[in-house]
Amino acid sequence: MKALSVLSFESIGRRAWKVWRRNLLTFLKTWRVNFIPPFLEPMLYLFALGFGVGSYIDQVEGIPYVRFIAPGLISISIMNASFFECTYSSYVRMHYQRIFDAMIATPITIEEVIAGELMWGATRSLIYTILMLPVFIGFGVVDLPSSLLVIPFAPVAGLLFAAIGMCFTAITPNIEALNYPSFLFITPMFLFSGTFFPLSMLPEPLQVIALSFLPLTHVVILIRSMTLNLLSASLVPNMIWILGVEAILCVLAISLMKKRLIV
Amino acid sequence: MNLGQRMALVIEAKSLEKRFGETTAVRNVNFTVEEGEVFGFLGPNGAGKTSTMRMIQCASPKTSGSLEVFGLDVGRFAREIRRRIGVVPQESNLDPDFTVFENLLIYASYFDISSEEARNRAEELLSYVKLEEKRYSRIDQLSGGMRRRLVLARALINNPSLLILDEPTTGLDPQARHLIWDKLRELVGEGRTIVLTTHYMEEAAHLCDRLVIMDQGSILVGGTPEELVRKYAGTHVIEVGSSPDAIACLERHGIPFEITGGYIQIFSEQVQEVASHLLKECPEHEMTSRPATLEDVFLRLTGRRLRE
Ligand SMILES: Nc1ncnc2c1ncn2[C@@H]1O[C@H](COP(=O)(O)OP(=O)(O)O)[C@@H](O)[C@H]1O
Ligand SMILES: [Mg+2]
Repeated sequence: MKALSVLSFESIGRRAWKVWRRNLLTFLKTWRVNFIPPFLEPMLYLFALGFGVGSYIDQVEGIPYVRFIAPGLISISIMNASFFECTYSSYVRMHYQRIFDAMIATPITIEEVIAGELMWGATRSLIYTILMLPVFIGFGVVDLPSSLLVIPFAPVAGLLFAAIGMCFTAITPNIEALNYPSFLFITPMFLFSGTFFPLSMLPEPLQVIALSFLPLTHVVILIRSMTLNLLSASLVPNMIWILGVEAILCVLAISLMKKRLIV
Repeated sequence: MNLGQRMALVIEAKSLEKRFGETTAVRNVNFTVEEGEVFGFLGPNGAGKTSTMRMIQCASPKTSGSLEVFGLDVGRFAREIRRRIGVVPQESNLDPDFTVFENLLIYASYFDISSEEARNRAEELLSYVKLEEKRYSRIDQLSGGMRRRLVLARALINNPSLLILDEPTTGLDPQARHLIWDKLRELVGEGRTIVLTTHYMEEAAHLCDRLVIMDQGSILVGGTPEELVRKYAGTHVIEVGSSPDAIACLERHGIPFEITGGYIQIFSEQVQEVASHLLKECPEHEMTSRPATLEDVFLRLTGRRLRE
């Protein structure tokens, strides 16, 4: 019951948007630096792997390799955008800049601060997707109009990684220790979530592990079905998995943060 | 106690306690703060001043006892209380990603102040704390005194009736300190209530209508600065170089004294009587007499041991 109460309308009300707005304003101040990485990184991968390595690979599951990895690259960008925002960046705001402390001396509560941070992480995923997608469309490696669904889906997926990141931020002893989840969790997801090769190439037990514990797997499946125009009812469980885990982790992130900061 | 008196209480703490695991930071503390006064918490490092301030500003939950601000329980009405208070924390936590002016605007937004009104108030406050010229500066370009003034301006953005300042002038040069003092006095003149912590005696004596001296989580004594000095240090302090003769002389006349750092201190109202005894019986010693201060009270009560 207590865990559920943080989801109440009163706590995640319009005040969380003030926290979100603060982050948006700082993002826009440095928009030049902020707009380059989401553009550049997926492009480099697309060229190196899609057009480079891809020229040696005929087809994967009946589709050209570059079209196979494009949704993987989009998914990875969504993951990185919100995960890194809600780990390193949130930690800096919390610990070094003491911005959360300043906020909770106003009518804003700690729940709203963290909710605002999570929403901002999700928004970053959305911004990256909006910047990236036209380039993929331009290269003709994603289908239209089904690919446009990736845009509304981006913040939904982004929130999942924002919540995961925030849980780590809430328990990390210092900023260096955030390297552990980056290496031990994000890097394996980057490689083994059906991003660069089909899940079916993994041994059966590893497939089960990927589907149960690597959230990116479900995101890749959904986004691939959008960019390749293969949407079907069989994707409903993946969507339910994402929404369910995300709801639990958001509540967990908020209560862990509360435990850390309200002493 | 009639209703009128109750209305005037801005803060009321009863048997207030704060524990962090094994550490008791605040121990069975009782105090009241009345409307329109400057109330001080004086104490060495680790006394529990910050812990007390953080409970008042609803940033840290109390462990036990009761604490009401504006007659509202801090646990249940945190949002309502915070809306009406201004906080200057011990460490300035300005937003480094924004300019001086933007800091005030963004903080106003946290209080649901409309952007037009926020601009007007920020403008006013900037000139109030004499930072107009720094309007477009980033926070890391400000001196310590300027940052402190900006934090004070930020604390006033919601036009609070109660201001809580945790060591507002620590680390500032005398000019910056006096500017803050002037501002605080003006604010009280406007009818606001101020609660502050300090370990500067001069500051406490200068600003506070009433104060308490805290040490190791407990309130040792409380009252107006004059009352405390009179009660715990007498009107005067006589200091004599420590020697067996002088000690014998004082003991003969039953005059209480304390020995600190190689000299004898006598806290007394009868300065002439004591002085004449000493002059007559051990005249070779150097002797000085000065009015007692809050610092004497403080050191007598909290001892001279170093606090980290
Ligand atoms: N978050 C905390 N966790 C554990 N101990 C704390 C915490 N905050 C303060 N303390 C302890 O409580 C005591 C009082 O600290 P504080 O209220 O900061 O004193 P002051 O402000 O008078 O210097 C100190 O012993 C301090 O170490
Ligand atoms: Mg302190």
